[in-house]
Amino acid sequence: MKYVALVYYQESIINAMTDQEWHDLNQECVAGVERLTEQGNYVTGQPLQPTDTATTVQVRNGEVLISDGPFAETKEQLAGFYLLEARDLNEALHLASRIPPARFGSIEVRPVRELPPKD
Amino acid sequence: MDGSVQSMSSDYPAIGQLYHQHSRQVLATLIRLLGDFELAEEAMQEAFAAAVRQWPEEGHPDNPVAWLIRAGHHKGIDHIRRGQTARRYSHLMAVDEENSEAAAPEGIEDDQLRLLFICCHPALSLDARVALTLREMCGLTTEQVASALLQKPATLAQRIVRAKKKIREAGIPYEVPEPRQLAERLPGVLRVIYLVFNEGYSRSDGDALVDVSLSGEAIRLAEVLAKLLPEGEVFGLLSLMLLHDSRRSAREDEQGDLITLEDQDRSRWDQKQIELGLKWLEQALARTPASPYTLQASIAAVHAQARRAEDTDWRRIARLYDALYRQHPSPVIALNHAVAVAMRDEPEAGLALLDGLLGNKEILTYHLFHAARADLLRRAGDFESAIVAYQRALELATQGPERRFLKRRLQSLSGGV
Repeated sequence: MKYVALVYYQESIINAMTDQEWHDLNQECVAGVERLTEQGNYVTGQPLQPTDTATTVQVRNGEVLISDGPFAETKEQLAGFYLLEARDLNEALHLASRIPPARFGSIEVRPVRELPPKD
Repeated sequence: MDGSVQSMSSDYPAIGQLYHQHSRQVLATLIRLLGDFELAEEAMQEAFAAAVRQWPEEGHPDNPVAWLIRAGHHKGIDHIRRGQTARRYSHLMAVDEENSEAAAPEGIEDDQLRLLFICCHPALSLDARVALTLREMCGLTTEQVASALLQKPATLAQRIVRAKKKIREAGIPYEVPEPRQLAERLPGVLRVIYLVFNEGYSRSDGDALVDVSLSGEAIRLAEVLAKLLPEGEVFGLLSLMLLHDSRRSAREDEQGDLITLEDQDRSRWDQKQIELGLKWLEQALARTPASPYTLQASIAAVHAQARRAEDTDWRRIARLYDALYRQHPSPVIALNHAVAVAMRDEPEAGLALLDGLLGNKEILTYHLFHAARADLLRRAGDFESAIVAYQRALELATQGPERRFLKRRLQSLSGGV
């Protein structure tokens, strides 16, 4: 089964990091992706730029509304995602627990939904 | 659907009994074979219905459980083949081919463990875990579970449906965790069992303090688990529940009012259950390190072995609470430790320890903290402060019997000042 692991953390924690800490965290993530790839669990993934780069788009009554910032102000912000291949939820949760930001943020694990075939 | 076989089988007591004894095993194995809760439940009911029809004519099979599993398995596959459910179960056909011979009764016990672990999976809400465990492991109907948990049947049914949907769609596996993860997962299962017990033993609201059936179900679950997974903490929890439950008929009077441990008529304690509890405790203590449940059971055992309240070995109880606190430094355990010290030495020693907890905001809203403090103040002869503390406890307490108990204490003190 495929699962998306959404990585959330408080950006303020990252902002407070020294350059060395930020560097080490990134290297840890690089090693993590390498391990997941070797194990055959990694489909794809991407870290994101901070929420102050986010722009939100909505279409209401045919009108495109564009606003600055993420769609919702939350305590922890979406920082990236992994698309994982796992046998079941237990394996997906185990993999998610080894994503480095799990130590100071939260990883939301969701099974993917397939779109129905084209009519 | 739930009641149909039970009522039908009243004419066939042997099958009725079989349903009572083995329907959970049959269900657990069918869930593995068919890969779906709902489908397995339907198939199980149909298998029992077929037994009611066929056995009187064709005679009892040698291995009725295996017969029921095989019949249920075939019924389930029929359902899938008939196609009305084909889309939902299409992924299961492969499983079915692989397991064509898997209906053999070996591994049935593992299936019950699988069922328990899936019902108590941490990816489900705690409420859903309790409801699923009672529904699937204990075989209670949705109505029974709802009334036992003081909830509306519709709400409860909804919760169970949602939990089963998550099990299916999020891919929660039907398996006993591998040894590496077992230690991580077992406490969650025990927590659900203990929650079921406490829900029955002491209501969080309402007037009935004791519900025999829920405590009994929890003990039965722990007995099943102790057989399937002989771990020290399972034995410890089983012992703890048996020892607590042994005081059931002594802990309230005819009016349903609470009687403290100190004032209970100990001749009404269930000695058979105490013996059983002590036996399990011995097994639990043989496995180190002692789990929190084992330590709590050891404390309950000290009380159970004291013929009179004044014979209680408070020295040992204080030591056990101290050990428990070192494992789980929680204010509630610190509170119990303080009370034990007060009983061992003198009220003032316990009060001094309680004062040390005043910095904890959480404990200040816990009615038992104020009730314990009031009791120690009363024993120390400081009635005025005791009254203030009892009043605070009364403000925070929600249970009918506990509130009446606190009111009685207040009245007797107010009269005495």
